[in-house]
Amino acid sequence: MAFLKAFGSYLPERVVSNAEIGARVGCDAEWIRNVSGIDERRFARDDETVTDLALRAAQDCLERAGVKASELGMILVASGSSERQFPGPAASVANRLGLDSTPCLDMSMASAGSLFGISLASRLCESLGPILVIGAEKMSRIVEREPMERGVAILFGDGAGACLVDPSNGFARILDCGLYSDGAYAEDLRLPFTTPLEMNGRSVILQASRKIPRAIATLLDQHRKRAADVAVFLMHQANQNLIARVAKALEVAEDKFYSNIRKFGNTSSASMLIAAAEWSSANKLLPGETLCFAAFGAGFHWGALLAEGSEA
Amino acid sequence: MDKRTQILDIIRRVAGKEPPEAADESLFDSGVLDSFGLQDLVTELEHIFDVKIPDRDLTPRKFESVERIEAYLEGHGK
Repeated sequence: MAFLKAFGSYLPERVVSNAEIGARVGCDAEWIRNVSGIDERRFARDDETVTDLALRAAQDCLERAGVKASELGMILVASGSSERQFPGPAASVANRLGLDSTPCLDMSMASAGSLFGISLASRLCESLGPILVIGAEKMSRIVEREPMERGVAILFGDGAGACLVDPSNGFARILDCGLYSDGAYAEDLRLPFTTPLEMNGRSVILQASRKIPRAIATLLDQHRKRAADVAVFLMHQANQNLIARVAKALEVAEDKFYSNIRKFGNTSSASMLIAAAEWSSANKLLPGETLCFAAFGAGFHWGALLAEGSEA
Repeated sequence: MDKRTQILDIIRRVAGKEPPEAADESLFDSGVLDSFGLQDLVTELEHIFDVKIPDRDLTPRKFESVERIEAYLEGHGK
């Protein structure tokens, strides 16, 4: 058994408006909002690292959970924008949490990283103990690589989210997940070592518009649930228009999909957990209610995960 | 109604715009379709021509122009 115990998040202070980013890539604020649903995003300070962002989200999550870092059995960190080729940020986060031997794992997966991390944690936590899953990104470091590309620059922001997966208790029991990968599309969304992020937006949207609803529907069918039965969908915040498409494909109201992309943009692996942390600050999953995570990203990797409210 | 006319009708319906005059002109570069419009186009093609377009065939290039759409459908017996 595995449970969602708590979420956490951290967003850098600096707000970057559409007007500011638009002026740098030659488009206006309204156009950015129309094509993405984004009004603003956060950019980290020059001296803030992915590890810094991840640490703040980790601390927020542990505090909300009432769990000490020393109780963790493992730390998983998803990031596609880490400053180093290796080591990734996971061991550094653990070090700054005061840990010196807890196993850590980096997942260089970008947008689907947190979903895969929670799924992996749900399978490992019975033997390792509570697992902290973090998604942390400093995408500003990537989008500001010259030449800045309009379709990329307008989308991304910085931030970190975290989720504690516990083997014995939490506010929701993880029921199941469906994970998928198809490397045929690896070139359609990729970040080379030093050059700008390359994205075939049309391919990403075409594939995501099909694969996300299918992954969710398959999982719901397996558990004899309907999309209408789900209390909240917490999906990777890639683009508000994509979220609307997925809701439409599943024949549910768009507002069932919690969204904060307007304020924070697409924070890649962090976005789903940032949304989850914000949602959980103001909402409660009642016993028996269903929560559904979904994500899609570079790889392509995609999938969905179901959890059911428990008597925490 | 012939195939090309049907394709042009579908494009008008999903894009709300007139298709380019030349059948080989890009629907994207001409501003007729955006990424989400392309998804609507594919859904409509599946529905109208009773064809299942698998994910692996779902590349923008295959549906970039009226000519390419026509060729794709012909290649699938439609």
